[in-house]
Amino acid sequence: MADVPNDAPEHCPGTSSDQAGKSSACQGCPNQNICASGAAKAPDPAIEEIRQKLTSVKHKILVLSGKGGVGKSTFSAHLSHALASDDSKEIALLDVDICGPSIPKIMGLEGEQVHQSGSGWSPVYVEDNLAVMSIGFLLSSPDDAVIWRGPKKNGMIKQFLRDVDWGEVDYLIVDTPPGTSDEHLSIVQYLSGAGIDGAVIITTPQEVSLQDVRKEIRFCKKVKIPVIGVIENMSGFVCPKCKNTSQIFPPTTGGAQRMCEELNLPLLGRVPLDPRIGRSCDEGRSFLTEVPDSPAAVAYQNIVQICHRRKVSVH
Amino acid sequence: CAVGILDVDLCGPSIPRMLSVGKPEVHQCDAGWVPVYADPQQKLAIMSIGFLLEDSDEAVIWRGPKKTALIGQFVSDVAWGELDILLVDTPPGTSDEHLAVLENLRKHRVDGAVLVTTPQAVSTGDVRREITFCKKTAVKILGIVENMSGFVCPHCSECSNVFSKGGGEELAKLTGSVFLGSVPLDPLLTATLEEGRDFLQAFPESSTYTAISQIVNTVLSSLDA
Repeated sequence: MADVPNDAPEHCPGTSSDQAGKSSACQGCPNQNICASGAAKAPDPAIEEIRQKLTSVKHKILVLSGKGGVGKSTFSAHLSHALASDDSKEIALLDVDICGPSIPKIMGLEGEQVHQSGSGWSPVYVEDNLAVMSIGFLLSSPDDAVIWRGPKKNGMIKQFLRDVDWGEVDYLIVDTPPGTSDEHLSIVQYLSGAGIDGAVIITTPQEVSLQDVRKEIRFCKKVKIPVIGVIENMSGFVCPKCKNTSQIFPPTTGGAQRMCEELNLPLLGRVPLDPRIGRSCDEGRSFLTEVPDSPAAVAYQNIVQICHRRKVSVH
Repeated sequence: CAVGILDVDLCGPSIPRMLSVGKPEVHQCDAGWVPVYADPQQKLAIMSIGFLLEDSDEAVIWRGPKKTALIGQFVSDVAWGELDILLVDTPPGTSDEHLAVLENLRKHRVDGAVLVTTPQAVSTGDVRREITFCKKTAVKILGIVENMSGFVCPHCSECSNVFSKGGGEELAKLTGSVFLGSVPLDPLLTATLEEGRDFLQAFPESSTYTAISQIVNTVLSSLDA
């Protein structure tokens, strides 16, 4: 059964929820008895459909953080650009931030639309070998808000995995919103047949961020996703005039380095703040090609190399 | 002024650390859950899931309905007492948490929302959608704050627009909203938040303090109006 059937009431908890059939919202729903009996909790057939669909996808990497605004989408976009710079590789970038889809803008694809064909939805190609999918392509205006509860977001994610015609792909990168909630559980659940190689975790140096990121790492352990490593973003700012470094987001508790030591995880690298990164993202260009010599671009390229080598690490 | 802060970011509750209240227990009284007070005079009451977790690294891995239920309890079952203002801190998005807060606050009055953006287009691009959310749910927009707006080097005073500049003000113009003001990137502010110290007490001379105060005063006057 669909996660939220068409005839379900407004506050349907979802057919795979613990509350299925038992929540007060279930009163009067025609499916209530099915849900309450547990029959609806049989494994979602979509999991097997997705496993089959994604046999043409060699590697799947999630980009996660517990914290918002730390640079997940920026990293996902530029990881994709860097991997796609090898013409022999096919790269796909999936944006599952349903409420705040930034990937179209960062990839310079605003205003693009998705086309349907017999074999499913076509992703939008930014390069011949770099395909992108985001709910942003399904919205007609930049003001449109996606005011959806969990079950509806889950349904969209299932469609992204099952109905998009990705074709032969070497790397599928999945950009996520902050948190440990519906989007994250759904990605893990729907890819449980197809498999996830691992997750890259993004943080900024300060404890207020690390505090949330530790929870994200716990989430990965709980759902058995290997952690490829952690990136410390916005790590220091070098004044363009006097060249002194300021710690705008201070690592008061030792930053990502101490956290990685404590949790026995690889620190993939530190990326400094650079105003040109934000500008490139706003303009939809890759800063790896715009300012390749900047310390931030160099840091990113090093990190991409490490990810490439570590893609099947187990932590 | 008696203020309550309700932290409905269930996956990433940052308020307890920023207000330096540590890990107190939440007690029950006849009127419901007793909020945690940040000050001995009990003028600043707080409720956050951060107080309910045994282990602060524990992940809250909940789907929407469970988050909705807890937020309902936070609004209805906390014995806030007499408050002049209840502030609700939310996670990013336009989803379960935001709908749950509004549904539960409907029976009381929601004065409005303050929207925070950083200056660059990637941020204002999402905040436009939040503005639509407010319009659709009939929440008055008290105004827009442009945060992380420029960085003044403490060594040479050169101002760098780390996350671009002006996007918040442009967004306000574009959408017919009030522009409340800009707050710069300030390592002193981030450091005091890390330590849970009161920035306004610690650095009353700072221009960041002036910027924040002006925003606060504008919001308060719009509430009185």
